Amino acid sequence: MAASTRIEGIDKLAGRERYIDDLDIPGCWWGMTKRSPVPRGTIREIRFGPGVDWSEFVVVDHRDIPGPNQVRLIELDQPVLASEYVRHVHEPVVLIAHPSRAMCRRAIREIEIIVDPEPAALDFRVPPAPEQIQHGPDNVLSHLTITKGDAERALRDAPHIIEGVYETGAQEHVYLETQGMAAWEEDGTIVVKGSMQCPYYVLNALTHALARDEKHVRVVQAPTGGGFGGKEDFPSVIALHAALLALKAGRPVKIIYDRAEDMACTTKRHPALVRHRTGVDSDGRLLAQQIEMTIDGGAYVTLSPVVLSRGIIHAGGPYACDNVSIVGRAVFTNAVPFGAFRGFGAPQSQFAGERHMDRIARTLGIDPAELRRRNLIRDGQTTSTSQTINDGTDRVAVLDTAIRLADAEKNQQEDRAFNASHPYLRRGTGIACIYHGGGFTGSGEVHLASRLHVAALPDGRVEVRTATTEIGQGMLTIFTDIAADRLGLDRSRVTIADADTARVPNSGPTVASRTAMVVGKLVEDACDDLRRTLGLDPVARGGAVTDAIDNWYRTHPDREPVGRAQYRQPPGIHWDDETYRGDAYGTFAWAAYAARVEVDLRTFQTRVLGFQTVQEIGKVLNETLARGQIAGGVVQAIGWALLEECVWRDGAMANAQLTNYIIPTAADVPPIGVHFLENPYPHGARGAKGIGELPMDGPAPAIANAVADALGVEPDTIPLTPERLMELMTHARA
Amino acid sequence: MRAPETHSTEIHLVVNGESTRVSVDTDERLLDTLRLRLGLTGTKEGCGEGECGACTVLLDGLPVNACLVPAVQAAGRSVETIESIAPDRLGHMLESGATQCGACTPGVVISSHWVRENPHLLRTHSIRELMAGNLCRCTGYDGIVEGLAAAIDAENPDTHDNGERA
Repeated sequence: MAASTRIEGIDKLAGRERYIDDLDIPGCWWGMTKRSPVPRGTIREIRFGPGVDWSEFVVVDHRDIPGPNQVRLIELDQPVLASEYVRHVHEPVVLIAHPSRAMCRRAIREIEIIVDPEPAALDFRVPPAPEQIQHGPDNVLSHLTITKGDAERALRDAPHIIEGVYETGAQEHVYLETQGMAAWEEDGTIVVKGSMQCPYYVLNALTHALARDEKHVRVVQAPTGGGFGGKEDFPSVIALHAALLALKAGRPVKIIYDRAEDMACTTKRHPALVRHRTGVDSDGRLLAQQIEMTIDGGAYVTLSPVVLSRGIIHAGGPYACDNVSIVGRAVFTNAVPFGAFRGFGAPQSQFAGERHMDRIARTLGIDPAELRRRNLIRDGQTTSTSQTINDGTDRVAVLDTAIRLADAEKNQQEDRAFNASHPYLRRGTGIACIYHGGGFTGSGEVHLASRLHVAALPDGRVEVRTATTEIGQGMLTIFTDIAADRLGLDRSRVTIADADTARVPNSGPTVASRTAMVVGKLVEDACDDLRRTLGLDPVARGGAVTDAIDNWYRTHPDREPVGRAQYRQPPGIHWDDETYRGDAYGTFAWAAYAARVEVDLRTFQTRVLGFQTVQEIGKVLNETLARGQIAGGVVQAIGWALLEECVWRDGAMANAQLTNYIIPTAADVPPIGVHFLENPYPHGARGAKGIGELPMDGPAPAIANAVADALGVEPDTIPLTPERLMELMTHARA
Repeated sequence: MRAPETHSTEIHLVVNGESTRVSVDTDERLLDTLRLRLGLTGTKEGCGEGECGACTVLLDGLPVNACLVPAVQAAGRSVETIESIAPDRLGHMLESGATQCGACTPGVVISSHWVRENPHLLRTHSIRELMAGNLCRCTGYDGIVEGLAAAIDAENPDTHDNGERA
């Protein structure tokens, strides 16, 4: 089936899409946030300077919060506004609103937060000193383990033991639209509208801290200019701030972060440190994997435990090994809290795992591709959580297709000759094999119990009602096409309701590569239920559906026919949260990536010359959108691998601007080769598996492996900036 | 201490072909004049420091970051924004998947429009070089480069696109 074009594509291309900053809300004031200047300490005093007339402003602090001063997410540890104590730089303390944005900026500079500083914990990699301990006995926020077989004993008996330590840095989302939210009160209901992935997360946070029931809170997603996880958890914070200001001001208030505030104060990808100790036989077969993953949780729990969970579950890689021990820790620090970012821990752990596979290959003198072929999971074998894989996908073929399409063997021959003759350029090729579980981990989807409705409208159209949001990934197009296909209607007869909690049921968050696979399936189920409601047989399509809608409204003019669906776990899935064993995900998508790089030994700059992806994602629902997900994810990951470095100074991001936090431009990256293999997943919409996060997992290790191939060094830390590579080369020579 | 007062002044602009008089502050950015005074919200603010290109407009036919141009500097000049682009010129970029979240898109389309209006640029520069002033975090650029290349091919049947030249 030909790819249909993006539903809202022309509006976006023509500049007609109206984001929250574009909406002219009558009588709206601007809101702004005053934040902690230091990473830790007791607030002694808040001074309001004489430079502005404060009677013109609305000022909000923690005393204005009607309910508990807590941002409700997994835990309740994060205050909406700091009261007596601050735990990270830029922690919000005071909010102001004024009709003029310029006056807000001036007034913010007039506020001084005086804090008596205390010793901050700012390096998650080292154990805290006693005076830095602020959470439990050791600052560990979350501790998880996976055990399979007996890794300790298998390591004792293994003929070869290979060890490595790998490190990945924080990454800023750089969604092109910064965070923004507007709030106002309407007939006793607080309405919050803005940029977000998860309207019901925001609703959940608002009902708690504002002490209101769901009937008196309404959350509406505005068109959202990118999320990548950055608009999963953080929008709850800014929504609460906008709502508090609007309630006190008695008028609409809009908060739009500028880029500097957005980069400095919102969440980022968790930095990670991963240690591998692996036992192998002389053929390179994995006998035992011992892995320790530590992530920087930052100053509040946010989503760190679940990021850690996905991280360790993916840490062993798509390989069979009978003896596995994985320990994960998320550590409290006084860093600005880290949060969701595309891949959600799996890019960090698979960077380590795939670098380590190359280290094993080099140590044993086995070709890296051959080492992977020998260890890739075959059907009937199990993952580290003892989940049996039996999906019929040939994972060796995925790898071999990538090597073939990348022309990897020919390139490597040419590059050896090139490297031998060129005075300062060195080329190399690297591969990575990855997998990514679709949907929430373990029993997560069961707990979410996502719901979705498809209603028939009096004009004969059907309306999909879902809290799943369009964030650029193409949800509007995919869901329209799924519903149109399921009911045999032209896509012009399908509409998707605004993601407005007053109108749509909770379909769960727009995260975790779950939209097409999990929620898309609910679109199918709700279409089937609509057919039942209309009294149609299960195969009725097209004109039969349209006629039935007409008939319905002739006989029940006041009652809308609605098809309802709720998530049901596919049969045969068993997960134990206590032992961390079982089916971590309903299914995995599988991929192999090949990168070819060129390093300039004068500047230590690494250029990606070519990048080939091959992925088995169940079923491609829309070729253009799917290719866009893969190419976009790969380029984001190229940035993480080579360019994007968060520089920290006293717990604050020192380079919170696009001038010196560098993301790839069109000229920095090659065309991305995208090739799909299909093996339909019976429980996903039309056979689809999750796709959104997969491309974030593989590029960084493939590129680092390519640099290793080019230079004969082991780049184990990313981003592999020229400075870091120079240091590595200098040590290698010494 | 109070910040120095800003002053208002009236300037004349030709915006999307229409002659316009508008009162602006002396320290006002062209971006704010377009968005807040003229209601042309198609031009987006991405970074406010001339790095991302989301606010790209054409000033006398040349692409500029509207966040870096003082409104008074545009006095007497012609400004073309995304609102001036006819939707029937957008088909190639729609087909290729040039837009995802859409926040960078108006700037991308304006820069693409400039390249399409000046195909001689492709004799000395690749499409990727010409589009390097527009950051996009969603597409990985292939959808943009392919859409623009297809549009250029359609508009210049006799020349050879060198869009993927390194």
